[in-house]
Order: sequence, then structure tokens, then C-alpha cells
Amino acid sequence: MIVWESVEVTYGSTRVLGPVSLEVQSGEWLGLIGPNGSGKSTMLKAALGLVEHGGRVSLGNGDRRPGLDIAWMPQRPRMPEEMGMDDYVMLGRTPHIGYLSSEGKHDHDTVQLALKKLNLEELANRPLGTLSGGESQRAVLARALAQEAHILLLDEPTASLDVGHAIDVLEVVDELRKLEGLTVVTAVHDLTLAGRFADRLVLLADGLIQADGPPHSVLTEENLTSHYGSGIRVVHDEDGPNVIPTRRSND
Amino acid sequence: MVAAAGAGLLVGPADIDVWSVLLAIGDALPFIEIDHGLTEVEHTVLFEIRFPRVVLGGLVGAILAVAGAAYQGVFRNSLADPYLLGVAAGAGLGATLAFARSGDSGFIAPLAFAGGLVAVAVTYGLGRSVGGRTTTSLILAGVAVAAFATAIQTYLLQRNVETLREVYSWILGRLVTVGWGEVMTLLPYAVVASAVLLGTRRLLDVLGIGDEEASALGLNVSRVRWIVVIAATLATAAAVSVSGLIGFVGIIVPHTVRIFFGWSYRVIVPLSLLFGAAFLMFADVAARTIVSPAELPIGVVTAFFGAPFFVLVLRTMRGPG
Repeated sequence: MIVWESVEVTYGSTRVLGPVSLEVQSGEWLGLIGPNGSGKSTMLKAALGLVEHGGRVSLGNGDRRPGLDIAWMPQRPRMPEEMGMDDYVMLGRTPHIGYLSSEGKHDHDTVQLALKKLNLEELANRPLGTLSGGESQRAVLARALAQEAHILLLDEPTASLDVGHAIDVLEVVDELRKLEGLTVVTAVHDLTLAGRFADRLVLLADGLIQADGPPHSVLTEENLTSHYGSGIRVVHDEDGPNVIPTRRSND
Repeated sequence: MVAAAGAGLLVGPADIDVWSVLLAIGDALPFIEIDHGLTEVEHTVLFEIRFPRVVLGGLVGAILAVAGAAYQGVFRNSLADPYLLGVAAGAGLGATLAFARSGDSGFIAPLAFAGGLVAVAVTYGLGRSVGGRTTTSLILAGVAVAAFATAIQTYLLQRNVETLREVYSWILGRLVTVGWGEVMTLLPYAVVASAVLLGTRRLLDVLGIGDEEASALGLNVSRVRWIVVIAATLATAAAVSVSGLIGFVGIIVPHTVRIFFGWSYRVIVPLSLLFGAAFLMFADVAARTIVSPAELPIGVVTAFFGAPFFVLVLRTMRGPG
């Protein structure tokens, strides 16, 4: 599990997040939603200690160890063009390898497994600069999986994927979550997709939690129009809520 | 590297043939006695002048190249090099201070190290405060720091004319040695710094994905950066204090290695050591032969090859980093 306790982040005199308090149980999938600039990425970075923050982030049983306990998939990863995919995924093993030692067989096996889970085996030797947007995104996820952390923080994991690949990737994450009891927190812009996969959604706006609960209770026209603006319809069917954009001029 | 060392041993004003050199080396090994047929003078020239000079060249070259590779990795900047970052100028200033204030050569290395470290810290701080971590701002900061250090150095020289000549020949870079003294001074620094940089080379690859992501992987980014910078600066300062300012080795060598052997610092760091040593030994041979029997300062030779190469790197660079 992962717990944010009164976490707040300020840049200069501007408060960009919080205070927010949130508890995500082990094995739970929490979807963070909210308009651009609402503090989703900042909340994930605060969990990793990448931004200075007030309050406390803990794992329930003790302090966080970034890298070992928590794997992060950044929204805009820096990917050196010439680096090979397998070397890139191997970077995910960094927390397990001593500063002065090098990787062993288990590390290589873990990397191969991560590549396999994301269907990247054939691209293992390709330089990162030659990958498509979708392939790059899966490479970053493979690197996060190679960390073997029990908490996955995914910042826009499907941003540059078409709808088919987006479903594929989220299914892989879901499978791992069920198999290995991972705790998953994703920041997602596609609200319908977020509702399909997450057990629970948290709506952030202006750095504060505005709604928290199962998808059908958070993805309401009232919640969404008050924070995203008008022109959003929500249609429920047997799979859950579907968020449909409409033209504002029709209002 | 072997070829470069061979050439370094064979070329010189005193004419000594290949076979005799080989025999003499064999003779110098323990428990082996061979009649090498060299005169006393030739033997002294070989072992007390040429040999230490070749070894010194190799050490200085290896240090400058590996320090360049380390700076490039740690600052994620393909133009970083002991000279462009102002480290060498800072070390030069420190060493000049030592020359000017006391004749004691024991102060040269520590003052050079202090000067180099201050210079790299100021360069990095300036580069960040001016414009984030872009290639240009770091290099421009380095140029400013180097110019400032050089200005103070020139002032010091003007005030201490008696040491001018000595410092001037040292500024241009020299590998002139008397016996093994310089080699022994440099060796411990070279060994320690190389060991640290070889040990941390995998971490330089991790830094390649940026500070934020590297920290998220549990890496203590600032600690790694300081360890690498201190090791590289210590080595550079030691090299500068014995051989003066020899430019461009730190940029030519790692880049050539990168072109032929790929992006990974796990490969670049060890190969830069080897090729750096070979490069400077060759450069020294060139310095000794071009205007023979006089000598060119070796810094002139490396700059002659290095400056055009630097332009080439600038042209082929694809964006920052």
C-alpha cells in the first residue's frame, strides 16, 4: 500500500498540490484524473521524493525506498537515442545492483521477462531513437516492470498509444497486478479508459481531491463539467460509464 | 598503444636501434641478463630520459582522456572536457600561484587541485543558473571561468617576472622529465582516479536518462556526480601540475571511442584510458620530430589536431546532450 498524508507541494509562493491525503491498498488500482495542471504528476513525483513536499508519504509498513519499492513511468522520459532497448530496460535493475558491481544472471532474466511481457523481444537490440512512439512507451513500462517493485506509478502510460495498444498495455498491467498483488496508481487523461481499468478514481483539480470513489460515482456529468468545463456527457452501459465529448456550442 | 610506446622509445636525437632497445628492455627484467651492446650514455638516455617520458605521456594522456569521458557523462554534455569546463585553467592558476609564491614544488599539486575544483564548481553553478543544463550555457560558463582564471594567472605572471619563463613553458604543455620523479608524482593520482572512474562507469549510463529518473531508480545523483567530478578533477589537476596545459585530449579521445565503439560509458571509460595514453605518446613523438632536434610544446601538437576535430564534433552533434 501507499499512503499520502497531508502532502503539499509549493513552487515559490504558488501551491500546486494539496494538502492531499490518500491511501491506496495493496493490490488496488487507483486512477488519478483531473484537468491539465491539476497536480496529478506532482502527486506521483512527491511519492518518489522527486519534489520537495510537506507532509509524509509512506508505504504502511515503513518509509519508501524509491526504486526498490516504487517504480515510476514518467510522462516525458528522457531516452538517449543511441542506447539499445535491452540496455535501457536493464536500467530498471539499477536499484538492485550495488554502486560498484554489475548485473548478474537474475538481472538479465528479469529484463528478458519484462521485454516478453510487453512483446518487445524482437526489438531488444534496437536503439531507442529508432522506436515508434508506442514502442518507446512500452520500453519505458518494461523498464519500470524490470524494477520488480510492488508499487507502480504510471504517469500517462497510454498517452502515445492507439486505442488497441492502450488496451493491450493496460491489460498487461492488470494481469501483473492480479498475479503479483501490485499496487497501481495511474494518471490518465482518457476518462473512459481510466474507469474501465481502475477500481477507484480520484478526481484532482487545483491541487485538491474533488471526488474519490468507484468509477461510476466519480465519472458523473456534474463532477466532470464543474472541473473540465461544459460539453461532456456520460453514458452508462454494462461496462460502466462512458465519457463522451460534445460540442460546447450545442449547449 | 604498444606501437606508440615503441615509437616513443626509438625516436630521439641519440640514435639507438630497435634491436638494442629490445635487448636492453629484456636485460632490465629481473633475473635476465642480456648483452644489449648499448653504451653507458645510450643506456641512460633510454632508461632515464625516454622511458620515463613515454610512461609520463601515457599517464597524462590516459588521465586527460578518461577525465574528459567522465565529465561528458556526468554533465550529459558531449562538449565537456577538462579544458572547456575551465578545470585546467583553474588548476593552472593554482599551480602558477604555487610557482609564484614559493619555489616548493610540493604545493603545485594541491593548489592545482583546489583551483580545478573551484573552477568546475563555479562553471557548473553558473551554467545552471544562466540557462538550465543546456550544452551551450555550460560551455560558455566554462569559457568565462577559464578566461577569468587565465586573467588572474597573467596578472600573477606580470608581478613575478622571474618565474615567467618557467611558467610559460609549462603553460604550453611539456613532457620534459628528468628521471622518474614526475611519473612517481602522478602515478598515485592516476591509479586512484582511474579506479574510481572505472568503478562508477555504469552509473554514468544511468545518469544518461536524467537526474529525475535516475533518482527515481534509487540513485543518489548528487553524490555520484560529486564523486566522479572530484576524481576527474583530482586527476586532471595532477596531470596539469606535472605536464602543464595539454588541451583537447579529453575531447578527441572519448569522441573517437564513441564513434567506433558506441554510446555506453562502460566501454568509453576503459577505452579512453588506453587510447588516451596512445594518443599522447604519438603526439609526443610528433612534438619531438617535427622540428627535430628542437621540440614543439606538446600542447601545440594536440591543439593542432584537436581544434579541427572539435569543430567536427560541433557540426555532427545532434542537439544538446
